[in-house]
Amino acid sequence: MAGTSQNGKKGDILLQVNGLKKYFPIQKGLLRRVIGYVKAVDDVSLYVREGETLGLVGESGCGKTTASRSIIRLYEPTAGQVLFRSRVLSPDGQPRMVNLLELNREQMTKVRQEIAMIFQDPINSLNPRMTVADIIAEPMVIHGKYEKGRSEEIIVNLLQRVGLRPDHLRRYPHEFSGGQRQRIGIARALALNPRLVLCDEPVSALDVSIQAQTLNLLQDLQQEFKLSYLFVAHDLSVVQHISDRVAVMYVGKVVEMADSEALYTNPLHPYTEALLSAVPKPDPLYKSERIIMQGDVADPANPPSGCYFHPRCRYAIDRCKTEAPAFRELKPDHWVACHRAEELQLRGI
Amino acid sequence: MENAQTLAGQTFVNPSMDSRPTLLEVRDLKVEFNIRGGVIKAVDGLTFDIKRGQTVGIIGESGCGKSVTARAILRMIPKPGRITGGQILYYRYSRYPDRDGAKKDVEVIDLTTLDPDGELIRQIRGGEIAMIFQEPMSSLTPVYTAGTHLNEAITLHRLLPIKRLGDQMVEAITKYRRVTKEEARQIAIEMLRRVGIPKPEQRVDSYPHQLSGGQRQRVMIAIALSTEPYMLIADEPTTALDVSIEAQILDIMRELQQTANMAIMFITHNLGVIASMADEIVVMYMGKQVERAKVVDLFYHPKHPYTQALLQSVPRLGPKTGARLASIEGMVPDPLNLPTGCVFHPRCPAFMPGKCDKLIPSWNKVGENHWARCLLYEE
Repeated sequence: MAGTSQNGKKGDILLQVNGLKKYFPIQKGLLRRVIGYVKAVDDVSLYVREGETLGLVGESGCGKTTASRSIIRLYEPTAGQVLFRSRVLSPDGQPRMVNLLELNREQMTKVRQEIAMIFQDPINSLNPRMTVADIIAEPMVIHGKYEKGRSEEIIVNLLQRVGLRPDHLRRYPHEFSGGQRQRIGIARALALNPRLVLCDEPVSALDVSIQAQTLNLLQDLQQEFKLSYLFVAHDLSVVQHISDRVAVMYVGKVVEMADSEALYTNPLHPYTEALLSAVPKPDPLYKSERIIMQGDVADPANPPSGCYFHPRCRYAIDRCKTEAPAFRELKPDHWVACHRAEELQLRGI
Repeated sequence: MENAQTLAGQTFVNPSMDSRPTLLEVRDLKVEFNIRGGVIKAVDGLTFDIKRGQTVGIIGESGCGKSVTARAILRMIPKPGRITGGQILYYRYSRYPDRDGAKKDVEVIDLTTLDPDGELIRQIRGGEIAMIFQEPMSSLTPVYTAGTHLNEAITLHRLLPIKRLGDQMVEAITKYRRVTKEEARQIAIEMLRRVGIPKPEQRVDSYPHQLSGGQRQRVMIAIALSTEPYMLIADEPTTALDVSIEAQILDIMRELQQTANMAIMFITHNLGVIASMADEIVVMYMGKQVERAKVVDLFYHPKHPYTQALLQSVPRLGPKTGARLASIEGMVPDPLNLPTGCVFHPRCPAFMPGKCDKLIPSWNKVGENHWARCLLYEE
């Protein structure tokens, strides 16, 4: 599916997600009867190339976080395929595509060395009873890679690399500000030298000036350690700044995926267009024609028929109400799920 | 507010936009929190004013004193904070004339001298100066319906005229009475319709958990506006919301401001939102006001290095440059242990050794309606 017809101008595909689904059951009554499903992630297909950043944007509740957690099997996906180019699972050390959903527990633990995660909330994602040194060492300890002396040196280096001082090692998370805590989380994510980092809204809890520092740091680290990022965020400006390619999600589905430049200047999906127009610009003289989407995001437990976006779409036709659009590659590397993508002339930024 | 207004039987006192009389004047406000580790100067020497119908934006990073300022105006500062200096002058326009029909003139009240639990501030708080809070989930009581929340505000603050036929057979308003339960419900439904909630007749009986985040925030706005306030304090009203809902809410606020000539004090850290909302902006850093200007001047000719850095550090939508973001080095200082001289000097790109770390900058006029607290502009 997605990514198979790619031109090879950039790196190889590191992560390829095909038709990923995660349904949460809705239970009711004494017997916990299942009366329905919340389709939090409903057919997500995307791919991340080696060394690039894929931004995943969408409104709250659209399934961005669930998708990223399902990839690393923090949630067990209902269906789909997550192909990851793993080194540790290959006997000869050559990277080889494996389907993460078919791995057993032991293999999964092993492959998690290569996939790290940075969480949104820098306060709750650090154990308050562990020192910074312990927090950063923990991934190494779990994977049996901790060696006295050598690992301590690595930890000090990491700490300095993310902009903290070695004398911070013996301190506890509460002694740090939000921005510093996020740096600790980043250092922990890098402890095992991963290749893919799933960043779940890493800067949305931070202040503007700290946000800029953190984004710069993430970019520097990407260069230095040849990292690939899946960058989940709701802030379109931040995503544009950091991403090479962007995928837009709406109610559990990816509706558009393209090169960041192409997606922002020349969107093909009406939802992307509306989302872009709604971003407030930091310019008082900018008079935008904002497209105000009516109503609220559809309920993933009870989604509308046809295209999930049709009740809010100003271009909707009868076909949109009955038939769900397929996610297809309309232009090279530009994927969209909209019946009218060819004919519509949509406005970018 | 068509229906609501006919119910109330009167409109706002609506002065022409040109004159724009002052509504609120904050003079050298100081708020301190006396905690075990020392004294935190949460707000230190804040001065600005808000005219009727004007929108003043207050921007700054977390912990800079934005929200404390809002709470100081409404006298809701949590303990152990207290106002230690300055004045908050509120120009109170009498909404309901006396029994003899004479309209009182503007009465100037210093809000800092009022008893925070007193009758007067309770009339002003919510009734004349309303507030919207950041968290739409935690600021609504989960066990009450949207209608109950609205009714509370309406029955407390709204009065309806009793019309009587005067001598010349002209309807004269001589007295006001409280609204009845049924009338309050009608006003509530009308308010929900005004803020764009679908099927307000049914939604009025919904509990907060039955509403989406955007709808909850709209209910908050409806509560705040149901009392027809002169001023609305919006403390990060859209921070918790998605861009599409944010755009809807900002539109509603703008529209209601125009119809009611309401002043808005808009607190946010989102520069994009403030650019489209405010007439005038106050920038705060560590409790101090560092710059104040008209919105266009501030965005196009920022004077204070902090404002300049803040504006440069936001990622902007636009042609991709691939450049790094200009970030402000270092961290926000510990409020218990503020740097000497100018509080921004350790992070300031224009730091002048021997000057910025020793002298405290004063409030300098740097242009027409433009002030900055920086030694670069000191004589």
